[in-house]
Amino acid sequence: MKQPFEKVVARHGVTVLRVCRALLGVHDADDAWSETFLSALRAYPDLPETANVEAWLVTIARRKAIDVHRATRRNAVAVEDLPETPSGLGVPGGDDMDLWDAVVKLPDKQRQAITYRYLAGMSHAEIAAILGGTAEAARRAAADGLNTLRKSYPGAHAKGASS
Amino acid sequence: MNDILGVLSAPVDPETMARLHARLAREAEAEGLVDVAYTVVDSPVGRLLLAATPKGLVRVAYQNEDHDRVLETLASRLSPRVLHAPRRLEAAAREIEEYFGRRRRTFDLPLDLSLSRGFRQLVQEHLPEIGYGRTLSYRQVAELVGSPKAVRAVGTACATNPLPVVVPCHRVLRADGSLGGYIGGLDAKTTLLNLEAAA
Repeated sequence: MKQPFEKVVARHGVTVLRVCRALLGVHDADDAWSETFLSALRAYPDLPETANVEAWLVTIARRKAIDVHRATRRNAVAVEDLPETPSGLGVPGGDDMDLWDAVVKLPDKQRQAITYRYLAGMSHAEIAAILGGTAEAARRAAADGLNTLRKSYPGAHAKGASS
Repeated sequence: MNDILGVLSAPVDPETMARLHARLAREAEAEGLVDVAYTVVDSPVGRLLLAATPKGLVRVAYQNEDHDRVLETLASRLSPRVLHAPRRLEAAAREIEEYFGRRRRTFDLPLDLSLSRGFRQLVQEHLPEIGYGRTLSYRQVAELVGSPKAVRAVGTACATNPLPVVVPCHRVLRADGSLGGYIGGLDAKTTLLNLEAAA
């Protein structure tokens, strides 16, 4: 039996937000999150009952992140020179924001591999299905991305998941 | 590597999720994607779940009915596009609050009786004819709907009323004046009858 959509939001909302943040950065993540769940709600009645709901949502989130990314790039000229104002929206602590920014700066494949592997908990095979290539390549991309992050964001070492 | 992942998977504060959810409900409603909107309100008979389709109020559920299960039933019987979207329930919530505050005697809400069929729906359509503070016996209701022999079926129709409180099945008693049954429990039925008697 299919769960009420509200349960889907309650169960996967946080994961989808993390995925959106990792793919887009904190500022644009909210838009992608909204678009993801709107689109999911529209298609939900036709989703097979056996489907992996989280993987389905992550696939939608990836598509929406690409849309939002394109849209912001079109508008980038207008906002590029604005001072960085810490919005704090949804992110307690500026250090965390730095990390999200570091994630966004990763090479595309590494960023996606990390996101799907560690934030969405997908298998390397599932990730390979999204990115193309082999499961081994997906594993390597995730490991490389994590290494890069550790170098560019040494601050996380001491702080851990305090927020 | 747990350091990095720890930060990335740190809890998202509830305010952020609430804000995102409210935005989703607003946008989904605007696009006509919410087939069943619901909210939960406090009342003297416990927390009541209120659910509405675009057509009208479709379900009022007592806590003892298990709200999660009620939502699952709505998802399977009406549509899985069920979302916590309180705005659609604002009028219903307000009228129910007024009713319990003794400032309202009749409900003036569009109703969606699509969870009931046939004779049960017919009975439920007629129940609002029993005025505030009055009661009828199951037999009298059977007569009211033109099927004087269908006393037991009237009992079933009352017991399966999807809109308790608003559709006043609590005003139907046994012929000897005893309470009979009630979907929200006998305490709730007594509370409603006392509320109306005191006004």
